[in-house]
Amino acid sequence: MQDFLSSLVSVAFHGLAYGMILYVISVGLSVTMGLMGFVNLAHGVFAMAGGYVMLSAMNSYGVSFPIAVATAFIAVAVASMVLERLLYSRLYTAGELDQVLFTIGLIFMSVAIARLVYGTLPQPVRLPDYLTGQLHFLGRDFPAYRVFLILFSISIIGLLWFGVERTRWGAMVRAAVDYRAMAQSVGINTSRLFTLTFALGSGLAALGGALGAEIIAIQPTYPFEHLVFFLIVVAVGGLGSLRGPFVAALLIGVTDTACKYWVPEFGAFFIFSVTIAVLLWRPEGLFGRAA
Amino acid sequence: MNHTGGYVADPRIRAIEWLPWAIALLCYFVAPTYLPLGSYVLTMIIFALSLDLILGYGGIITLGHSAYFGTGAYAAGILAARLTGEPLIGLLAGTLAAGLLGLITGLIILRTRGLALLMLTLAITSLCFEVANKATSWTGGADGLGGFTIQPILGLFKFDFLGKTAYVYCLVVLFACWWLVRRLVYSPFGASLTGVRENNVRMHAAGAPVYRRLVIAYTISAALAGLAGALLTQTTQFVGLKVLGFELSGELMVMLILGGFGRIYGAFVGPLVFLVAQDYLAKQFPEYWYFGIGAMLVLVVMFARGGILGIIDAIIARLRRTQS
Repeated sequence: MQDFLSSLVSVAFHGLAYGMILYVISVGLSVTMGLMGFVNLAHGVFAMAGGYVMLSAMNSYGVSFPIAVATAFIAVAVASMVLERLLYSRLYTAGELDQVLFTIGLIFMSVAIARLVYGTLPQPVRLPDYLTGQLHFLGRDFPAYRVFLILFSISIIGLLWFGVERTRWGAMVRAAVDYRAMAQSVGINTSRLFTLTFALGSGLAALGGALGAEIIAIQPTYPFEHLVFFLIVVAVGGLGSLRGPFVAALLIGVTDTACKYWVPEFGAFFIFSVTIAVLLWRPEGLFGRAA
Repeated sequence: MNHTGGYVADPRIRAIEWLPWAIALLCYFVAPTYLPLGSYVLTMIIFALSLDLILGYGGIITLGHSAYFGTGAYAAGILAARLTGEPLIGLLAGTLAAGLLGLITGLIILRTRGLALLMLTLAITSLCFEVANKATSWTGGADGLGGFTIQPILGLFKFDFLGKTAYVYCLVVLFACWWLVRRLVYSPFGASLTGVRENNVRMHAAGAPVYRRLVIAYTISAALAGLAGALLTQTTQFVGLKVLGFELSGELMVMLILGGFGRIYGAFVGPLVFLVAQDYLAKQFPEYWYFGIGAMLVLVVMFARGGILGIIDAIIARLRRTQS
């Protein structure tokens, strides 16, 4: 009984850390898809880029961990802004197929660049000393890194929710998600709004990729391998919402960890089955609005 | 977007439509060392044709067509390993297994559209991949399924090391598939399918049974994909997990887009160009190769939406204009 309880706590804890990272990576995708209806399969590219920027900064230039993470956020946000203005914005009015093909093309290109620069092996992550130990509370040991991940993600999510629910920028985003034509006609510059939101979403993905580098290994196949999970978070959670993907990400994080721990022979079987069931029951996602 | 496919008044076979077959036969005599590659190209053409039917004509965007290819491949492989290595029965088993899966999944997922549909096709492929990965006693898991032998076709033609039999076998099967797809596309059924792609709402309003049409097309397409998978199993005598991977679905889509979709022969040109280029470039410069595919996709979407055949069409049209 004692063993079961301690493994339960352990699964919940690791699942929570994984789910938080998934959410930080995917939330930008939910907002951009909800805002412009753009099917961006290449979202994982930004997360991978964030991971690589952080690792390069730390391993090659000896930058400290917090500064490397901040660099990853800023560099990817700026790069994605350029990409959005140059390429993405031309395809907002195009069909779904064009968007899917274009973003698959971006994935292929980024995978090639990552292989060329970093090789095919996962990059080693060297965490600073203050994040490698164990923390003791309630008579248990918890890995400090994951505790930090959870706390940091919670504060990021808190900031994001405050930004969307309480600020002028958030009100404009919500208005544009609800009814873009109406938002435009009351004078909101939706195209600039979208560029900024896109950059923020990509930056968050980079942040998630960098922080979660030890949980989700940074390697060239990253955008392909984890695409399914990012998309599941958004599709199951519901487009354009902040709450839906949060619930979905935590569900996936905990379920995936639990399955790997107790029934490894099932693999990701359970998650895919639940995804199919949810999408058949509510095609617009758990918290999405009916189209 | 320009689509030249769809219903035409005169569906008779034009002279130029014999060109691919002449080239394929010529290859058999001129390039005997390339026959294994040739068989693979022919197999992928069948696979691309099956995707063209639902993507190019039906307008269903799928990221998971390899689910049916892989099902057919594993069905043929398991049959050969457990029961009989008779190739035609293997083909039938692969086709039926994939067709059945296509019917069941099609009935379920074609009720949705947009992101949900995209996600469901991806989830189904991932599910099939997990099943094949974990059911090691049947599929060999990550090691793959091999060590079975395929009997001579009709008891007469033995599979040889040079791949001559395999090449002709693939060519004959492709010819049958091409004939079937061509008949379908030029039939009233094909016309109503194109109608669904062009304007779903209007087809509903016109009283067409949209959902039923899509399910039928999806089932046929899945069965053809399974046939291609079974063919690959028999000609290579091996099944690996890759046949169910998302990468294969992606590459297939690239091939079809490269050739031009919604026009049958795009499915011929795309795999040929893609796989021959891959054979030359991918081993020497894998990084540049993947970068090239990605860049090509982006360029096709931005500038040349009809693919290679679309570009040729445009050139011919321009030449005619300058002459007159």
